[in-house]
Amino acid sequence: MGSYWESVLIFLGINTVLALSLYLPISAGQLSLGHGGFMAIGAYVTVICTTWLGWPLPAGLAVGGLVAALAGALVGFPALRIRGIYLIILTMGFGEIVRIFFLNFEPTGQASGIGGIKHLTTLPLVTLVAALMLACLMRFRGSRIGRALRAVQEDEVAAEAMGVNLTRVKVTAFALGALGAGLGGGLYAHHALFIDPAQFGFFRSAEIFLIVVLGGVGSYWGPVVGAAVVTLLPELLRFVQEWRMTVFGTLLVLCAVLRPAGLLSPRRRAAA
Amino acid sequence: MLLQQLVNGLMLGSTYSLIAIGYALIFGVLGLVHLAHGEVFMMGALIGLQLVLWLHAGPAVALVGALLGTAVLGIIIELTAFRPIRARHGPIFAPMVSTIGVGLILQEVATKAFGGEQVGFPHRLEPVTWRLGPITISSVQLLILGVSLALMVALHLWVTRTRMGMAMRASAESTLTARLLGISTDRVILVTFAVASALAGAAGVLVGLSFNAISPFMGIDMGVKGLAIMLLGGLGNIYGAMVGGLLLGAIEVLSVAYLASSYRDAFVFAVMILILIFRPQGLFGVGQVR
Amino acid sequence: MLQVARLAKRFGGYQALTDVDLAVEPGSVHAVIGPNGAGKTTLFNVITGVLPPTAGSVALEGRDITGWRADRVTHAGIARTFQQVRLFRGMNALENVMVGRHTRTRGGFGAALVRPLGGRYRERGEEAETRRRARELLELVGLGRRAGTWAGDLTLVEQRRLEVARALASDPRLLLLDEPAGGMTPVEVEDLNQLIRKIRESGVTVVLVEHHVRLVMRVSDVVTVLDAGRVIATGPPDRVRRDPRVIAAYLGREA
Repeated sequence: MGSYWESVLIFLGINTVLALSLYLPISAGQLSLGHGGFMAIGAYVTVICTTWLGWPLPAGLAVGGLVAALAGALVGFPALRIRGIYLIILTMGFGEIVRIFFLNFEPTGQASGIGGIKHLTTLPLVTLVAALMLACLMRFRGSRIGRALRAVQEDEVAAEAMGVNLTRVKVTAFALGALGAGLGGGLYAHHALFIDPAQFGFFRSAEIFLIVVLGGVGSYWGPVVGAAVVTLLPELLRFVQEWRMTVFGTLLVLCAVLRPAGLLSPRRRAAA
Repeated sequence: MLLQQLVNGLMLGSTYSLIAIGYALIFGVLGLVHLAHGEVFMMGALIGLQLVLWLHAGPAVALVGALLGTAVLGIIIELTAFRPIRARHGPIFAPMVSTIGVGLILQEVATKAFGGEQVGFPHRLEPVTWRLGPITISSVQLLILGVSLALMVALHLWVTRTRMGMAMRASAESTLTARLLGISTDRVILVTFAVASALAGAAGVLVGLSFNAISPFMGIDMGVKGLAIMLLGGLGNIYGAMVGGLLLGAIEVLSVAYLASSYRDAFVFAVMILILIFRPQGLFGVGQVR
Repeated sequence: MLQVARLAKRFGGYQALTDVDLAVEPGSVHAVIGPNGAGKTTLFNVITGVLPPTAGSVALEGRDITGWRADRVTHAGIARTFQQVRLFRGMNALENVMVGRHTRTRGGFGAALVRPLGGRYRERGEEAETRRRARELLELVGLGRRAGTWAGDLTLVEQRRLEVARALASDPRLLLLDEPAGGMTPVEVEDLNQLIRKIRESGVTVVLVEHHVRLVMRVSDVVTVLDAGRVIATGPPDRVRRDPRVIAAYLGREA
């Protein structure tokens, strides 16, 4: 396999990991446009572990993911009482704060970022992580917690009346989502070999969001499909590569216009 | 010193107000947060810049040109990205997702068309500075403040005195009732978008003049700040947006003077998040938040 | 079973409930009636923790549950249906009822990962038990055949019955029904009557808010009448029906 395409596939795997991680909070009804922030945290922390402390990648990923998860829990609590557009804005704000933080944080190079990262991310590793995440989501689906998530997504008041502890479900979903994003960030850093705050800004969050939206939130395969489209399309069509943002922006608009029902409510029937 | 900072803050804040008003107008009439509004602001600056470069025009022409250009842009956005969704009775979140898409498109188009570098307005005005007691004001600042205030006053008059303005307020209160009264809400929405975008475009030129740093990326920051102001002032509340903008400008300038300036932007976001958590209806908003 | 004392609820300038006392005996069927806007659903919302009270107290079997969050209230043994049906439309009937069982089962994210693997036709452990109980309840309310139908595809009456099944899934001691007879034909109302009796026989205390006067008279042991947020009468159905204040409250509205 040519190393160019191997690289593409690795990116595909990373995007899948990121998309699957965002899928979880969205399936609890929490729209987050700040996932780039968690990705950034995971990336930087993982790099610190591998580069400064000399740890192997899996260990670095674990720490990066955990720190990101902690951040997720921290954001998850204020996010509890906030819904809809306010949550989107809150998460956008969070993403920006993280970016600005790293922009000014001296030990990690501020705007110049960190370069010369060792290439430790391999295709088998990425595939393994993505597969594990997918397996987790599948296990959640047919279980008590999976039902609780769907209930919370549809109608929080009714879900709570059924005895679902909203705090626990929402914060955990958020934290787990952040964990996944952290893993994605760590994997990304050791493949892109160079990270700086600009790579984890709003566009990154929007891109991950787009992937999930494109694939639809009806099933956990959605993010996989979305990641495939978003990663592979630019490779196959030159103009998509040059006008990436425009194409993706147009796709978002088209999604919103043509299949809005597929955006955020699984299997919802047309209004009677 | 403090007074000087306050004055600077007001200058900055008045441009923020223009953007926040745009958000408030659109939210008021459509119940929609226009996440691409910051990009419209950016396009205004770029249009103004192009006019100055090509036609060697003065700031006044740049301003008017940007106003008209962004108004047209706003209309196009409404027709292509939002009206179709309303026509199909999409869910509430669909338009917002659409705005993100529009923002991305505008960003990239601007980057491709104008390059990714920061540019400044070529100076045609010799900046004159005046001293008023302890305060120093430059002509550019005065221009900004003057134009902003003029626009705000014009908006106020328009909204309270003209038929279209009142139709807009009626639609903001209740689209159904407005329609029953014979108001063409589609037309009102178009006008709302045009006005809101025009204000943003004007702000773009004004900010470009004052900071001399026009780039395709200036919209993101401004967009979020404008959003924060709208939240601060109460969603859909134009006057809250006006006051909020001035307030934010003052806060920002003061925080730069007394805190580390590089974390200034983070400070704004932090404030915004605090508002969202503790008082989502803003300082002037009323009623329950959905 | 349920003691509500001097309960008050205020929304900004609007006083929805004032000085409401309610005593529900275990094993009884207690109806709450009153003209529209009397505060009946607000009363339910405060009891079940959907809204916090402004003043007063709520006690379940002697335990003070005032101001408890909705999921804690459900866990304590109160279940409810909603006046405007709030089913989970992305799920089928069976899954809706299974969600109702949430508070009697355990296992969060971690447990979901390590739960025993079953084949498609075999399930073990808690999940199987939940499913079995859910089917049982669907049979009870007469929806046994509709287990796989999407909740949104059921008729209104079927949806109301599904809500009852879902509420019962939490093995409540007290069941609150908010206008369960809405939109029902006389035959369906009679079925509902029978269902409520069956529920009572199984040891569950029932409180219902209703407009349907005939049903209320037939099925309830005690009736409490609310008007403009206050209790104006309480007692056996026959006596309440003849109470002049009650008649005035209803007739006054009819004008």
